[in-house]
Amino acid sequence: MNTATLAAAGVSRTRRGAPWGRRLLILAAWLVFVLFLLLPLLIVINEALKQGFGTFFAAILEPDAVAALKLTLIAVGISVPLNLVFGVAAAWCVSKYEFRGKSILVTLIDLPFSVSPVIAGLIYVLLFGAQGWFGPWLMDRDIQIVFAVPGIVLATLFVTVPFVARELIPLMQEQGTQEEEAARLLGASGWQMFWHVTLPNIRWGLIYGVVLCTARAMGEFGAVSVVSGHIRGLTNTLPLHVEILYNEYNHVAAFSVASLLLALALLILLLKQWSEARINRLKAAAAQE
Amino acid sequence: MSIRRFALAALAGALISGPVAAAQTLLNVSYDPTRELYVDYNAAFNKHWQAQGHEPVTIQQSHGGSGKQARAVIDGLRADVVTLALAGDIDELHRMGKLIPEDWQTRLPDASTPYTSTIVFLVRKGNPKDIKDWDDLVKPGVEVITPNPKTSGGARWNFLAAWAWAQQQYGSEEKAKEYVAQLYKQVPVLDTGARGSTITFVNNKIGDVLLAWENEAFLALKEEGGDELEIVAPSLSILAEPPVAVVDRNVERKGTRELAEAYLNYLYSEEGQRIAAKHFYRPRNQSVAAEFAQQFPELKLVTIDDDFGGWKQAQPKFFNDGGVFDQIYEAR
Repeated sequence: MNTATLAAAGVSRTRRGAPWGRRLLILAAWLVFVLFLLLPLLIVINEALKQGFGTFFAAILEPDAVAALKLTLIAVGISVPLNLVFGVAAAWCVSKYEFRGKSILVTLIDLPFSVSPVIAGLIYVLLFGAQGWFGPWLMDRDIQIVFAVPGIVLATLFVTVPFVARELIPLMQEQGTQEEEAARLLGASGWQMFWHVTLPNIRWGLIYGVVLCTARAMGEFGAVSVVSGHIRGLTNTLPLHVEILYNEYNHVAAFSVASLLLALALLILLLKQWSEARINRLKAAAAQE
Repeated sequence: MSIRRFALAALAGALISGPVAAAQTLLNVSYDPTRELYVDYNAAFNKHWQAQGHEPVTIQQSHGGSGKQARAVIDGLRADVVTLALAGDIDELHRMGKLIPEDWQTRLPDASTPYTSTIVFLVRKGNPKDIKDWDDLVKPGVEVITPNPKTSGGARWNFLAAWAWAQQQYGSEEKAKEYVAQLYKQVPVLDTGARGSTITFVNNKIGDVLLAWENEAFLALKEEGGDELEIVAPSLSILAEPPVAVVDRNVERKGTRELAEAYLNYLYSEEGQRIAAKHFYRPRNQSVAAEFAQQFPELKLVTIDDDFGGWKQAQPKFFNDGGVFDQIYEAR
């Protein structure tokens, strides 16, 4: 038993003297969880299934909904891998090297967190819209960015930039460069060092960052709404499609599609849990050898 | 062209075009309350178009606040046709985007307005706050729901209807301004589009009276079964004229002019007019109008051209930056 668990045991022993306070706290935590998280989710599912599974599946399999799902998956499929690469590269840069303007770079990575999503959408309209900086040039070449799929991908990319990098930077800074230096001294190539030393060290943060990034990319509303053009069956992502259905008095369909989005989110969380457990098992197996 | 550039271009092409559709497509960028109308109309038009020996077309719809939609078209949303809430918004397509000629409104009959509507009040069942006319809206404790005139076309018609009544009632612009200032003080939620306001009022149950397009009010009644709401027609309102136009720059680029023109022309056909009337728009066609006459309350209506000098005067005076709306809303 290490010191941390000893200390924890000690704490729980002293707390046992005042079980009411502890129980109250736990109860409050559960109450908040049930009231503000679980209940709304249950209501969504309840509304979705109000008229039975038939209407539920009809709403989900309706062509516009399928198109919205596809578009959402495209946006996620492009933005998450790009942010993964960018996040690792940026965290690497920031944590392993000293250079001028480093603090500015770190601040810039955080920018999408502080900028309102609406503005994130508008900057792309101002850049690539018909009246924007590159608008006439793009128009001449018949390339459409905003109000089409590329704009939606760009907007999603913008709002999800910080997730992976933000998870990795503190982690990699804490780990320092000794292990990598040792690997190089023992003759590892750059890639070998990355695969066998750096990546295993950061996989936790990486997985967590990717999960957050994916969840946000799927759910993004504001920025995507600005650049979408709201053409149904073409440039509506799932969240936008939910809004449209709701605005058309089509509540059951709106909540059905919303619960589809919810199911996707839960799936991602499960994937995260599964990979965590798997990594833990591998780690334990390695420790036993 | 180098391989890299070719690959980039191919990638961009794949991203932009997506699956290559064999059929022609037409994008109708419209305002909020026309969603249901155009779902029906598109099906009817497609039938008509094919009956004339053409291939079936894919008609895409986009809906939102009228001003916002015009902005999107100016910024590059490739609408073949726009069917917006008011002429002022379509004027912007000429003024800011040079997408259509200045005289666009003369290209189709009835100033390019195939159907009209007006502004009425939607209140809770039994009219608990006893709202009968415009002056009842500023009684203490009455909450009014209307969208933001900056982004919504319907909201601008609402504003002008209120203004027209107040000016007639009190006889001066000063008094009218005081009246609308008080009116907007009693608006708890200012949505960006007409549909947003309807949802706020009907579903979220906020406010005592909704200033609404007549068609939107009837639709809300139909959707909610008429158990919770009723329509009140004020003593005076405005003839709301939502016009339509082919977006020349876009149809020339896409080669869809013939289709786009046929699409708008068919709105004036008897079938098109009947579909509009079924969705509670007032048809222009006399015989169809007679057929549906009892559906609509009789109202005294002012018009934008006779009473406000057209949108070219009304828009800058009331709704542009520093206009009357800004003055009263900032003073809130």
